[in-house]
Amino acid sequence: MTSPAAQQPAIEVANLRKVYGRGHTEVVAIRDATLQIGRGEIVGLFGPSGSGKSTLLTAMALINPPTAGQIAIGGQPVMDGPRAMVDARAFRRQHIGFVFQKPNLIPFLTALENVQVALEINDTPATKARERALELLDYLGVRPRADNLPDALSGGEQQRVAIARALANDPSIILADEPTASLDGALGRQVMELFAKVAHERHAGVLVVTHDARTLDVFDRILDVEDGAIRVRDNPKESASAS
Amino acid sequence: MNLAVRDIRHNAGRFAFTTVGIGMLLMLVMGMGGIYRGLIFEATLLVDRVGADLWVVQGSTRGPFAEISRLPANLEDRVLAVPGVARARRFVSHTIQREHLGRPLRMVVQGLAWPDDQGEWVPLVAGRPLRQAHYEMIADQSLGLPLGEKIKLGKDVYEVVGQTRGLVGTGGDGLTFFTASDALAIQFDVPGEAVRLERAARRARTEDMDLGRLQPLLLDRVACLASGLPSLATPQVSAILVTLQPGADEAAVRSVLRTWPDITVYSTQEQKDLLLAGMVDKARRQLGLFRTLLIIISTIVIALIIYTLTLDKIRDIALLKLIGARNTVIGGLILQQALLMGAVGYALAWIMGLYVFPHFPRRVLIDPADLTSLALIVVVISTLASLIGIWKALRVEPNTVLAV
Repeated sequence: MTSPAAQQPAIEVANLRKVYGRGHTEVVAIRDATLQIGRGEIVGLFGPSGSGKSTLLTAMALINPPTAGQIAIGGQPVMDGPRAMVDARAFRRQHIGFVFQKPNLIPFLTALENVQVALEINDTPATKARERALELLDYLGVRPRADNLPDALSGGEQQRVAIARALANDPSIILADEPTASLDGALGRQVMELFAKVAHERHAGVLVVTHDARTLDVFDRILDVEDGAIRVRDNPKESASAS
Repeated sequence: MNLAVRDIRHNAGRFAFTTVGIGMLLMLVMGMGGIYRGLIFEATLLVDRVGADLWVVQGSTRGPFAEISRLPANLEDRVLAVPGVARARRFVSHTIQREHLGRPLRMVVQGLAWPDDQGEWVPLVAGRPLRQAHYEMIADQSLGLPLGEKIKLGKDVYEVVGQTRGLVGTGGDGLTFFTASDALAIQFDVPGEAVRLERAARRARTEDMDLGRLQPLLLDRVACLASGLPSLATPQVSAILVTLQPGADEAAVRSVLRTWPDITVYSTQEQKDLLLAGMVDKARRQLGLFRTLLIIISTIVIALIIYTLTLDKIRDIALLKLIGARNTVIGGLILQQALLMGAVGYALAWIMGLYVFPHFPRRVLIDPADLTSLALIVVVISTLASLIGIWKALRVEPNTVLAV
């Protein structure tokens, strides 16, 4: 039997609004965005530069408070307007995984340690953290490179390690910001398929901000952002074949 | 997982160079403290070793280690007559600089009250004490005068018969021991021409007086050796060293001596205090100032390096914040690096000091208490140095990592 929290959506955003500046310099970055991502679901977030994708992502990551609206993660309300209802940093380490355009691995830690550090800062004992990190590296196919520093890994391997790090604490939601932008087509596709695998097998909600139209078919749903407003694309699989 | 150690491992070269630099600075701080300790040790060594209970010096002066002190040599007989005094020795001390084998040779000349004091108390590493009233000397090894070496001082030649090690004066010049009369001869040696001129002047002055005209024989007397003229001063010494009889009341002896207006009397401890409060105290303050400056420089160097290391990994720190690392983890990373830098620098300073300090021209005495206090100072300055890096790290926004 699954826990009540596991039955909750990975993330829910309601009427989210983000405004920068005031008066005649006011810019509305997000307009009443509402979305929900379920556990085990992978959602693509598309939109041109400056459309508000990154603002939405940082708001959902609890590092850029919205002007208005609510955010709940794993069923727990976390933001009510600009007011955080939880300790944002503690909540991030327990419930949110991040993957970036660049892998952003810590250069002085090995692949294994890069994953392990995410567990240890969440108070997982070192031995257990190591076991879990090795398991994740194994799951993502980079265990043979566990003792290598990031410099010695290829771009694809680095991104796999970054995904392993994002998965370390079994987050409710993984937020990925253009994770294939620095990879070539084949590698990008592999990484995107990994996200789909993670979402479906590990039951995490995955939101991927991307420009890469070649990977549309891996998403369960696609959201388009334009001028800060979210529009749900009707049939992602059709979009994929059309593109 | 210790992030500080892993970061250092990754930047091992830079860390090594920096800590060697810090180590050298700390070695200088350590050395300054050691020089001060050595200064005190050397300055008080003679006072400790000479074995006097009381020092009788010129009235209203602080004694030969603080200023010029002149006493008639026969004062020792007066002192010896005081009840409770077992021994009174004349003490002569002055510094000379001569040329020897083409190089300047500075030495502190100490006069021993021959035959009562032949220098048995002097800690010899080679040779023997003085055995004759003239023309023998004991020299410290720092002067570079081997046993058997003969050196001309004034009009006489002296042979080195004994050697000491590390026995130097407050100025760092090696000590030499002569009989008091030889020490005086060296001190008051004047060239023959000056003697002749002085004798002629004396004669001329006497001729101008009625007494000289009425007593012509006096003209021959005034032109003789100065030491043969009772009207001129008797030989002057620097101090009279008093040894008390066993069980004698020091206060009683002092109370008698205090009634003599031409002298001042000090205990050995007072003489040491005067010595340390004068010249050594100034050196202490100067060395202390240098130490303070070096400590400030070390703090700035550590702070700059830690700040640079922090800037280098600012993106990693932002990432750690983004994935939820507590401030204590981030602050701890920087603080540990600063402490490690300080600790390794301190260890290097100590190791380098072991090899370098023996080559210093002055004695460097490393005191365990000084080492402990320096270790505490290093902890404090490393902590202070880390603050600017911690401040920078805590201010970085987690979304910095999202910027491409």
